[in-house]
Amino acid sequence: MSTDKTVTAPVDTELRSDPPVTDRLMRADQDRSGIKGAVHTDLHHDSAIKHVTGRAEYCDDIAEPAGTLHAYLGLSTRAHARIRDLDLEAVRSAPGVVGVLTAKDIPGVNDVSPTGLNDEPVLADGKVEFWGQPIFAVIAETRDAARRAAKRASVSYEDLPHVLEPDAAREADMPYVTPPLTLKRGEAVSAMENAAHRIKGRMRVGGQDHLYLEGHIAFAIPGEDEDVIVHSSTQHPSEAQHMVAHVLGVPSNAVTVNVRRMGGGFGGKETQMNLFCAVAAVAAKKWNRAVKIRPDRDDDMSATGKRHDFVIDYEVGFDDTGRIQAVTGEFAARCGFSADLSGPVTDRALFHADNAYYYPDVLLNSHPMKTNTVSNTAFRGFGGPQGVIAAERIMEEIAYHRGVDSLEIRKRNFYGEDGRDVTPYHQTVEDNIAPRIVSELEQSADYQARRQAVLDWNAKGGIVRKGIALTPVKFGISFTATWYNQAGALLHIYSDGSIHLNHGGTEMGQGLNTKVAQVVADELQVDIDKIKITKTTTEKVPNTSATAASSGSDLNGMAARDAAIQIKDRLTAFAAERWQTEAAKVRFVANAVQIGDETVPFADFIREAYMARVQLSAAGFYKTPKIHWDRATGKGRPFYYFAYGAACSEVSVDTLTGEYRVERTDILHDVGRSLNPVIDKGQVEGAFIQGMGWLTTEELWWDDKGQLRTHAPSTYKIPLASDRPRVFNVALADWSENREQTIKRSKAVGEPPFMLGISVFEALSHAVASVADYSVCPRLDAPATPERVLMAIERLKG
Amino acid sequence: MTHRTEIRFLLNDQTVTLDRVGASDTLLDFLRLERRLTGTKEGCAEGDCGACTVLVGRLQDGAVRYEPVNACIRFLASLDGCHVVSVEYLSGPEGRLHPVQQAMVEHHGSQCGFCTPGFVMSLYALWMENPDPSETEIETALQGNLCRCTGYEPIIRAAKAATALGTPAEDALTRERDSVLRKLEALRDGRRVVISRGDSRCILPASVDDLAEVLVENPKATMVAGATDVGLWVTKFLRDISPVVLLSHLDGLRNLTVGAESIEIGAGVNYTDSRGALTADYPQLGAFWDRIAGWQIRNMGTIGGNVANGSPIGDTPPVLIALGATITLRRGSERRRLPIEDFFIDYGKQDLAEGEFLEAISVPRPTAGAIHAAYKISKRRDEDISSVCAAFNVNVTDGRITEARIAFGGMAATPKRAANAEAALVGAAWSEAALIAAADRLEDDFTPLTDWRASSEYRMQVSKNLFRRFWLESQDSDAARLSA
Ligand SMILES: Cc1cc2nc3c(=O)[nH]c(=O)nc-3n(C[C@@H](O)[C@@H](O)[C@H](O)COP(=O)(O)OP(=O)(O)OC[C@H]3O[C@@H](n4cnc5c(N)ncnc54)[C@H](O)[C@@H]3O)c2cc1C
Ligand code: FES
Ligand code: FES
Repeated sequence: MSTDKTVTAPVDTELRSDPPVTDRLMRADQDRSGIKGAVHTDLHHDSAIKHVTGRAEYCDDIAEPAGTLHAYLGLSTRAHARIRDLDLEAVRSAPGVVGVLTAKDIPGVNDVSPTGLNDEPVLADGKVEFWGQPIFAVIAETRDAARRAAKRASVSYEDLPHVLEPDAAREADMPYVTPPLTLKRGEAVSAMENAAHRIKGRMRVGGQDHLYLEGHIAFAIPGEDEDVIVHSSTQHPSEAQHMVAHVLGVPSNAVTVNVRRMGGGFGGKETQMNLFCAVAAVAAKKWNRAVKIRPDRDDDMSATGKRHDFVIDYEVGFDDTGRIQAVTGEFAARCGFSADLSGPVTDRALFHADNAYYYPDVLLNSHPMKTNTVSNTAFRGFGGPQGVIAAERIMEEIAYHRGVDSLEIRKRNFYGEDGRDVTPYHQTVEDNIAPRIVSELEQSADYQARRQAVLDWNAKGGIVRKGIALTPVKFGISFTATWYNQAGALLHIYSDGSIHLNHGGTEMGQGLNTKVAQVVADELQVDIDKIKITKTTTEKVPNTSATAASSGSDLNGMAARDAAIQIKDRLTAFAAERWQTEAAKVRFVANAVQIGDETVPFADFIREAYMARVQLSAAGFYKTPKIHWDRATGKGRPFYYFAYGAACSEVSVDTLTGEYRVERTDILHDVGRSLNPVIDKGQVEGAFIQGMGWLTTEELWWDDKGQLRTHAPSTYKIPLASDRPRVFNVALADWSENREQTIKRSKAVGEPPFMLGISVFEALSHAVASVADYSVCPRLDAPATPERVLMAIERLKG
Repeated sequence: MTHRTEIRFLLNDQTVTLDRVGASDTLLDFLRLERRLTGTKEGCAEGDCGACTVLVGRLQDGAVRYEPVNACIRFLASLDGCHVVSVEYLSGPEGRLHPVQQAMVEHHGSQCGFCTPGFVMSLYALWMENPDPSETEIETALQGNLCRCTGYEPIIRAAKAATALGTPAEDALTRERDSVLRKLEALRDGRRVVISRGDSRCILPASVDDLAEVLVENPKATMVAGATDVGLWVTKFLRDISPVVLLSHLDGLRNLTVGAESIEIGAGVNYTDSRGALTADYPQLGAFWDRIAGWQIRNMGTIGGNVANGSPIGDTPPVLIALGATITLRRGSERRRLPIEDFFIDYGKQDLAEGEFLEAISVPRPTAGAIHAAYKISKRRDEDISSVCAAFNVNVTDGRITEARIAFGGMAATPKRAANAEAALVGAAWSEAALIAAADRLEDDFTPLTDWRASSEYRMQVSKNLFRRFWLESQDSDAARLSA
């Protein structure tokens, strides 16, 4: 169904007559390597031209077959209630309505729980557990008709008590939605007692909506027998496939899920799309017509999960120099009404509660609390950021207590060599480059001199105060569910030498397709415009993992490389035989194959191979080595490697209003040997701004009835262009190389730089602290909206 | 003259004539669903994300003027006599990219690409108006465009680079401007348009006088100016607004004259157009104006609509109240004038009779000795609704305060003067102490609400602090401000 003509080629075929862009970009690449689009070169996103011309096709742009119907969801208007009566007569009789679906119309299992806990109905059955929970779907001739009809439902509820906040849930003895995790090393409790100094505190960290610009959408087309094809904007086509099958009560082989591209995902489309795929598929099968479902933005934000909010109770013991002796932490998360991915998310919060620091004795507990809110889900960083920010709060606490610059405290607590290299989950940190990154950034950002200037400015006691902070990040790469760390790819070379590449990853803007095509171009030494990537589909590569955990290029790049190597091996053997030479004398050079002294153009060579009946297709596979994890004991090596980075931010704060400005940010980030530096830099910049938004203006606000009131961009404020740092210097650590054998020694980039935004939060805190002469830790809660900043200032002024 | 029952406009290089259009039909749905011009995206359907940005050209003072607007809340019927330009029109027939598109590609300005057509259109409009913009000008032009992927940096780089890749003189819209002008003029026939789809009806009066008549004939009709409020009633609340009376095409409501005593602003003047005249007299309004919504909304939303809507959190009412503005209301041929503060009776209740409309707003020109300020406090600096909006107008003669007009938004059910604080100031010496004492009287003036924008405590605290800011700025305008 995808109408894409070329994907990976840096230029659309129909735009060949357009020399200015393409020539310049291609020439630059060609200069560095024999081929266009090799690895480690800057190559623009494969769809860039389609993006700017509006010709990139998203799910809602696919031409609809005649008779396409539209579904719309009816949502709960109670946080917790029994449904006494569901009267849908007025809905059914509304203009244009074809029918309605309720829980009892689900042919298979009424559940889309990704963990198999059977705790997440597609449509509520008898009770609702959050405001915005889907109760029914109405199917109509147009989306507008369906939407209008949905409003006509009459639902009578019997209210039940509801709990919204994670700490309130703990006090009310609400259950866990999934088993909690404990990470423990040494004897934290006794070590704490023996520590020279102790501080206890609590921090509230808000959640975050993904606000992908393209909302949720699924478009199902019924086929013969039990078959159905679902086009969607999901990060996890395989899971959507299995869920649709489960809900329809058919085997997975009847369901095909296709994704060409997403208009942003960020984790929000990892599991949350299952619901929409399921509703569209059920309706499509029931009425035997194509059915599309696309909620309005307000409904999208009300009915789908977000980043988990946390309430973190921490205690730290430390010596006179500020070196940590013991840490304990209780991490309570607002998980919502069901488990969804809350297990691995809250686990990852604990895995990152050390950030880059060594805790000699440590005890960390997660509390994945059930609350009467939408079920929270994956979001870039996957709980990691909430762990990292707790570590940074601890650094701040110690710094204000000791009257020392927080950067100095950070350095004193870094992981080191001499026995200071084991994490709370007993993995040894082998590749610690945090100290180097931090010290290089400290120099390049001129941190010390600027910090002094900030202190001098604040000493004048003016209305506008400044703050500066330099914070590191260390982020573990791999799915902690070990079996997820596998991937497949499918590679065909056609007899004319053109190449078709497919892999299990999905494109959501991160440039995955571009990078994977670069890997194949490099392996086969052909220009990248010979390679076409097609939409992701469960028909070509089965049982894929979500494109998540920053793993896209690591896994799919390796799988595609494996496929290329298989074909290459066959071709090499063929060449050796056909040209009567040794395999060692067969070399793939730029767009050709060199066999002894003879150089055969690639297309001619492929033609010969085809004539000689060489198999020109391969399925590649990859699984990440070395990793293992025993959750029961809290021990193992859950991460293949770590990615590092650091950011230094300076802010100005208006102490009359709490408004602020980010004056300057400097970033040094580690992506190993970058597959595509310009794309990686784009990921770093975008992640930083998103992380900054999480901690500044993005506030999820529920009223006391449990309705989320910040449910659209009118009320939920993500950063704008004018919120960027006034000066923004971003660099990749070009000396870094992954010590593990990852794809071309690169490192994952999607999530780690998100946490660089913490530098802004810490800098705000520093500016606030100045009003009390840095004598107390301001203990800002996140997000630090102007309101929170002003109220902290007023509190500190006393 | 009989009414016309169809609307006519230009869409890219075609003339479109439609004889069935309902009151709630939006331009975005028309483009995407009817014409399958799917380059224009829907991200929010409420004017906040900019993914749906298109240009609309309209006749103004004998020329065609193009402005970026949000197609999601632009009513289709309001396009009568306009030229709609969507992203599909930008690249040349042989596929050659427009300089703005080319710059976006070269500077990696797209990741997921969903926001990109909207950015391209905003940048295109900026480039036409100002090919070599400063960074601040770029940011101001992009206040109405959200991108969740890139962090904006590459888009800003692209905006700066576009000028080197081509100039507006070579652009299609420049080259074809005369021919578009002639076509648009030919579409004008000075007739009232009445068009419907089913029982949903739209009326486009022929003139302001005709508007007065139409409203007397249809006193229950919904007036729609820029649709930046009404659009959301439709896209978010699915409200049936038929019959609608459209105002945005009426040149007669768009007069802007600066007289000796006052600035007369037609109710249909939008934010963009009113900025110049107001800031010439009241320079402190410049920064404030630029924080109202984003560029697209400022091109659509009218001062008249902002006032008539009567929202307690609209930004212009506190300013207009503090400046002592009066408004002219008209019903048929009858007109009445009243001080603007008297217009706001209670939450959702304004002094507007059936069949009556707001015709003009009159803002007095500044007097000697007056000290002015206007402040907007919001969670996000740009394109956000105020938590608190405050406007000060204090007259000081011989070191004493002789008059004080201080109005707040976000502090009560209507935009409202701080009567107790004002009273505390009048007669006092112009001093920091007097302002701080007056600030404490706000507790007697207001009991603000807690909601998702701000808590009651914050609203009160920040409002008080603004009195101090007002003083500090009167002493040294930059001392207490964040950099722009
Ligand atoms: C994304 C976005 C951001 C925004 N940001 C801000 C902001 O920062 N600050 C702010 O103050 N507002 C903001 N607004 C709202 C603001 O744009 C509107 O209040 C606008 O000023 C209304 O003008 P309009 O011409 O669009 O009115 P419409 O939406 O057309 O009409 C609004 C109301 O006024 C009535 N009306 C219009 N004209 C007349 C008339 N001449 N006589 C009588 N009644 C009339 C209409 O019947 C309707 O009741 C924002 C809106 C959006 C969508
Ligand atoms: S769709 Fe978001 S502004 Fe129109
Ligand atoms: S590129 Fe994805 S939202 Fe801008």
